[in-house]
Amino acid sequence: MNERAEFVMPSLGADMESGAVAEWLVKPGDRVRKGDVIAVIDTDKATIEVESFHTGTVESLLVGTGRRVPVGTALAVIVGTPPAAEPVSPEPVPARPLRKRARPRRPTPARLPTPNAPHVPSPVASPLVRHLAEQRGVDIARVRGTGPHGRVTRADVEHVEPPPQAKVSPRAKASPLARRLAAQFGVDLADVHGTGRAGAIRAQDVREAAERGAGPRPPEAVEEAARPPAEPVEVRAVPEADLERRREAMRQAIARAMAKSKREIPHYYLSATVDLTGALAWLRERNRDLPVSRRLLPAALLLKAAARAAAEVPRLNGFWVDDAFVPGKAVHLGVAISLKGGGLIAPALHDAARLAIEDLMAALKDLVSRARTGRLRGAEMTEATITVTNLGDQGVEAVHGVIYPPQVALVGFGKILDRPWAVDGLLGVRPLVTVTLAADHRATDGYTGGRFLGIVDRLLNQPETL
Amino acid sequence: MTPQQARELITSALSQVAPDTDPAALPRDADIRDALELDSLDFLTYVQTLSESSGCRIEEDDYPAFATIAGGADFLAVHAT
Repeated sequence: MNERAEFVMPSLGADMESGAVAEWLVKPGDRVRKGDVIAVIDTDKATIEVESFHTGTVESLLVGTGRRVPVGTALAVIVGTPPAAEPVSPEPVPARPLRKRARPRRPTPARLPTPNAPHVPSPVASPLVRHLAEQRGVDIARVRGTGPHGRVTRADVEHVEPPPQAKVSPRAKASPLARRLAAQFGVDLADVHGTGRAGAIRAQDVREAAERGAGPRPPEAVEEAARPPAEPVEVRAVPEADLERRREAMRQAIARAMAKSKREIPHYYLSATVDLTGALAWLRERNRDLPVSRRLLPAALLLKAAARAAAEVPRLNGFWVDDAFVPGKAVHLGVAISLKGGGLIAPALHDAARLAIEDLMAALKDLVSRARTGRLRGAEMTEATITVTNLGDQGVEAVHGVIYPPQVALVGFGKILDRPWAVDGLLGVRPLVTVTLAADHRATDGYTGGRFLGIVDRLLNQPETL
Repeated sequence: MTPQQARELITSALSQVAPDTDPAALPRDADIRDALELDSLDFLTYVQTLSESSGCRIEEDDYPAFATIAGGADFLAVHAT
């Protein structure tokens, strides 16, 4: 069976609209396994290594390096058997969903139809022709092929007028400008009535919808909007080493995500002061006999405590999607990392609640170093279920954070400071840290948030259990 | 280790943790964490790099000496062989 799958430009965060392949690590004919890094993608924020979600042979690369394309654009075609075993088959290829979702870890909103879900026999067509059909919103299964063995040719697809209501694809047809405006105004394209050709949404339609107040949309809609439009896409090259542009783009990406957060998420804020005397003494004792490379930082304890607490309060660990909470499958702890030269990125520590503290420390070092040298993995950019920001190194006492959508909580740690503190009726000087929680009031109430902070306190007072 | 060798190790370690800066241009008594915007992880990496390149054990209690280039150089000159 020749299972054909497209490797598409992945969405590496709610604030990503487009990306460019900086480097292909495979070429046609190469065998790849699920999980292999096959391309390096440049987003506005970082250079990210992206894994294949399929096992098979690379049939073709559809997009060259340096071309900026929207999220969802097909970049390569991977087939399940070696190409040698696959001449142009006279038999119809068994029905397959043409496009596999490239973001398996993201919550999938239930009400979005799966692309190409109807199982109709799919006629034979080359990847490029399939791609063209996708782009034009043409259901290739309904095209009568005029090539050899009923093969669907490029011309066949080009002669099909795209259907007025693109049933084959859930994405609204809209011009690139309309999509940008929709993202800017927080308008769900699905709610906009298109007045353009074949019902395509024009910029003016979006403006009118925004004025009517078409309402905020779920995060998944952003991704929908960011998928390739039916019209030709504006393609521009990514200038080499254009740091200024990169900085500006990152600023814009942060602006989009944070504006969306503050526009849509009703934040509530809680804070608690935690005495770290026991934790720091334990850490010191533990580090004493270790080489520098294996020493732990207080940050590792704080992160571990936050991850464990999130595991104990699952309502704070997950996503708000389509007016409902979708719990995370594990605690993938996003860590806000400031980049040298400006900007911020929050990749995830995978399954942090279950990592041994030494492993968490090692993973943290690795993550920070790769974030700053620009080699993060795609999964790290998309899987965070809750994020921690630690501005303590700058001397900030407390940070009241902005939630990174579609997550529902953000934990902040301030600087560890020696302060007067009453213990058992006596005043002493103790190392204290202010822990804050910004949480989405749609998903939880203050009581749940309070429980989270209580657990962080309890865990930091039992450092040996972390 | 001579003070000159110690300074070279320090400059080299600093350029690793803060690649976009010029550590050689820093005043010797400036707090490197402020001047180079190092966070606690950067500082740990800095100390680790120095410990490995000099072959000298550096305890957590010794960290304060490494807050400045001068302090670090003095420490290494005394303790590293």
